Amino acid sequence: MNLGKIYKNIFLVIFLGFVLSACATQTAQKIDSQIQGDVYTGTDTVEYLADGVPDRVFFATNESVLTTASRETLRKQASWLRKNSEITVVLEGHADERGTREYNLALGERRANAAKDYLMTYGISSSRISVISYGKERPVDSGSNPLAWSKNRRSVTVKAN
Amino acid sequence: MINKKLLLIILLIFFPFKSLALIEIDITRGNLNPLPLAVSSLASTKSDKEKLKKDLNINDLGLEISKIVENNLKKSGLFNPLDKEAFLQKPDIAHLKPRFEDWALIKAQALITGKVNLEDDKLRVEFRLWDVLAGKEILALAFTTVPKNWRRVGHIISDKVYERLTGEKGYFDTRIIYVAEEGPKTQRVKKLAIMDQDGFNTKYLTLGNELVLTPRFNPTNQMVTYLSYFKNLPRVYLLDIETGIQEVVGDFAGMTFAPRFSPDGKKIIMSFAKDGNSDIYTMNLESRIVEKITNHPSIDTSPSYSPDGKYIAFNSDRSGYQQIYIMESNGKNVKRISFGNGLYGTPVWSPRGDLIAFTKLHKGKFYIGVMRTDGKGERLLTENFYQEAPSWSPNGRVLIFYRETKTDSKGEGFSAKLWSIDLTGYNERLVETETDASDPSWSSLLSN
Repeated sequence: MNLGKIYKNIFLVIFLGFVLSACATQTAQKIDSQIQGDVYTGTDTVEYLADGVPDRVFFATNESVLTTASRETLRKQASWLRKNSEITVVLEGHADERGTREYNLALGERRANAAKDYLMTYGISSSRISVISYGKERPVDSGSNPLAWSKNRRSVTVKAN
Repeated sequence: MINKKLLLIILLIFFPFKSLALIEIDITRGNLNPLPLAVSSLASTKSDKEKLKKDLNINDLGLEISKIVENNLKKSGLFNPLDKEAFLQKPDIAHLKPRFEDWALIKAQALITGKVNLEDDKLRVEFRLWDVLAGKEILALAFTTVPKNWRRVGHIISDKVYERLTGEKGYFDTRIIYVAEEGPKTQRVKKLAIMDQDGFNTKYLTLGNELVLTPRFNPTNQMVTYLSYFKNLPRVYLLDIETGIQEVVGDFAGMTFAPRFSPDGKKIIMSFAKDGNSDIYTMNLESRIVEKITNHPSIDTSPSYSPDGKYIAFNSDRSGYQQIYIMESNGKNVKRISFGNGLYGTPVWSPRGDLIAFTKLHKGKFYIGVMRTDGKGERLLTENFYQEAPSWSPNGRVLIFYRETKTDSKGEGFSAKLWSIDLTGYNERLVETETDASDPSWSSLLSN
């Protein structure tokens, strides 16, 4: 009887273990599907400048390199800007909270300029684009976790007029 | 002959230098046995007490001043102020001639006594520091000031006592300028705020209509340079604390940030970001001449002068990641000094000139640390989820910085607070502020 109880307990522990690990993999997968190589690939925070024209691009930690997906987004923005030649934009560069304030201001500026340079190579005049860095001052997600940080490392194109 | 020697040895064993010993405190290491001392209330005549009570709305000004002294000395971690309940001698009599046996009985090694009275509507303050074991006065001072400065009286006494007992200048008659924060993390409202070093007399210098960051005092503590997003144009500003007059520093076609004064107060050094590249510039406040100090396609920011003005420490990612560099003040001879594991930021030169304080990020943790100016002798003082931006006390013994908490799974529970820690790595303390706070900067001593 005693042995039976022990077996029961072991079974329960193993069972609980399975349940827990199943939960863990599920959340991990959910995060995985939204972050690729440290860059946010989800759409939770994305807004649209026009139909099919996302307003923002995302960056890896400490990086200002544009990913393939970011370049595609910026090409869509460029073609929208070409069609709407009266529109001017502000590119707002941001960093996550895992860096010193002053360095993050510089990093945000560098990210917004990476986006600006790309728009310019697609024929948008620099006179239509201004740039501002908010460093880590204006996160979209107040979480303290890798997913939240990935959403906050961004350059957002905002209509200025 | 032998007997005499033996007697001397016995004397040395039982009375190790006691008769010679004036109290002395070693502040170069963590102090686990703070010096027990008694701070007697400052005595006033009955009529002055009544008048002071009416003018300042304070019941017992002498008592309040003595509490300021106790609080300062206690927070330094070097002193253990004894409970006034145990004092046997009245303040006015103790100030004239302490009965040292009474003070020795409660284990006080030092005693502070004083008087505060009115003279032509001014406060006349007198205080004495006594070595209880040696049975003598070791410091006596008197000064006058306007009554509304009464808290500073407590700070000045604290500074004089600290200096007499440690051999180094104090840091109590000082102020902290910082950024007061309120509201949700995604939409923080930030104001410039200034307060006494002990958290009293908080004043807000901006209204919170625009984002403000990184305020720093000039050497005379009358001006502040900071970053403001006024009209959504992030620029370095200059603010006169007395008049409230603000002006933009220079005419830059882009963001200027990370400002500090030069040690002579004549220049502002800062970063200017243009086309994705941040370099370090100075502007002379009299001639308005702007000089470009670094010229590199990397991010160069967080500049801080050495106290003699000959060198500049700064933060650059020219190696690929954030590291600390030093150069001559004209930008020549750039040398990397941080080589440990992790990223390094916010170098700040110690007012004594021998150390550079920094923020370090390593394996997801943030550290406040110090290293020598050649990068050697790195010591990490405190580890946390997030903390940065150390600022030195004017005597170079204490660092103040800010710390942010991790939010919970709902993104709630965020807070930002000021903390201080001794150079020894001991005596870490929360610095209380009316609101959440960040970006602290310590003033120099207001008096002397």
